[in-house]
Amino acid sequence: MATFQKKASNAKQDIPTASLPDIIFMLLIFFMVTTVLREQTIQVRTLLPDADAITKIEQRRLVSYIWIGPLKLTNNQLGETAVQIDDALIEDMPNVRNIMYRKYTEQPKLIVSLKSDETSEMGVLQDVQQELRKAGTLRINYSARPRAGN
Amino acid sequence: MAGLLKKKKSREPEIPTSSMADIAFLLLIFFLVTTTINVDTGIGMTLPPELDPTVEPPPVKERNLLTVLVDEQGRVLLEDQMSSVAAIREEVKKHVLNEGADPAYAESADKAVVSIKTARKTQYESYIDVLNEAWMAYYEIWDAEARKLGFPNYKAYRETVESSKDDVIRQRIKAKISLAEPDEGE
Repeated sequence: MATFQKKASNAKQDIPTASLPDIIFMLLIFFMVTTVLREQTIQVRTLLPDADAITKIEQRRLVSYIWIGPLKLTNNQLGETAVQIDDALIEDMPNVRNIMYRKYTEQPKLIVSLKSDETSEMGVLQDVQQELRKAGTLRINYSARPRAGN
Repeated sequence: MAGLLKKKKSREPEIPTSSMADIAFLLLIFFLVTTTINVDTGIGMTLPPELDPTVEPPPVKERNLLTVLVDEQGRVLLEDQMSSVAAIREEVKKHVLNEGADPAYAESADKAVVSIKTARKTQYESYIDVLNEAWMAYYEIWDAEARKLGFPNYKAYRETVESSKDDVIRQRIKAKISLAEPDEGE
């Protein structure tokens, strides 16, 4: 009996932790690589205007983006003002209403962030805003950069 | 002496790796927490709900309404008077804080409305400039109110109240900046 006890105490009981750093490093690299947060190819130029009275949008989950600006063409030329939601350019204005209404039913607290180029005409913006009103998504945010030296 | 030598032999020269996992964990948590990539900033607004054609919009007295018109060239008309972007801030402050003193301005801060109207060809940048000035006027008013309560500025006051319902300053002087209905069939 005494010999049996001695044998048991000799056996190693701990789990090998030598590979633990490697496993965690793998996880770390996986997260570092994957956190690009679904990059969309934005097909319009959006040079945001500067402003002072800006606030931060805290709840990023609630935000949906609409890009408004001149179309990026090949060889660095700019085309007509276009509207882009998610990955697609909007051909007809009433589509804005349908898309935003669908998003609104999924997330009633939706904030629409309008990322508009500083050269876009208010006419397009007004059209988009009218569609947003019809869709019921009334919380909007005019995306702007903080002015330098502020 | 012999015992000491034996002890040395049994220890293999190696770097302690037990803390490696902890260091890597720390890094992992750091990246998990910080990958929010550029926070969105902008001017928050609430659009008016869609108008019901059968219901008349509530009347707003002419004196309570400060109309700002921005034309194609980015020129500013304040109450049909030629003006500039820089003049808007003071004018809005005067309008809101009038409290019935001057018949040309609002009856009270509660009733004061700033209405911004643009033409279809107006550049977005000039519209944002005007909107920014109108908002800054309200921020300056709130800053002044916060100083009366003994805070250095409005932001410091806002941090002491929990929800927007308890924000007495903003409950009393609400920022009423409205976007005028665009003209039909232009």
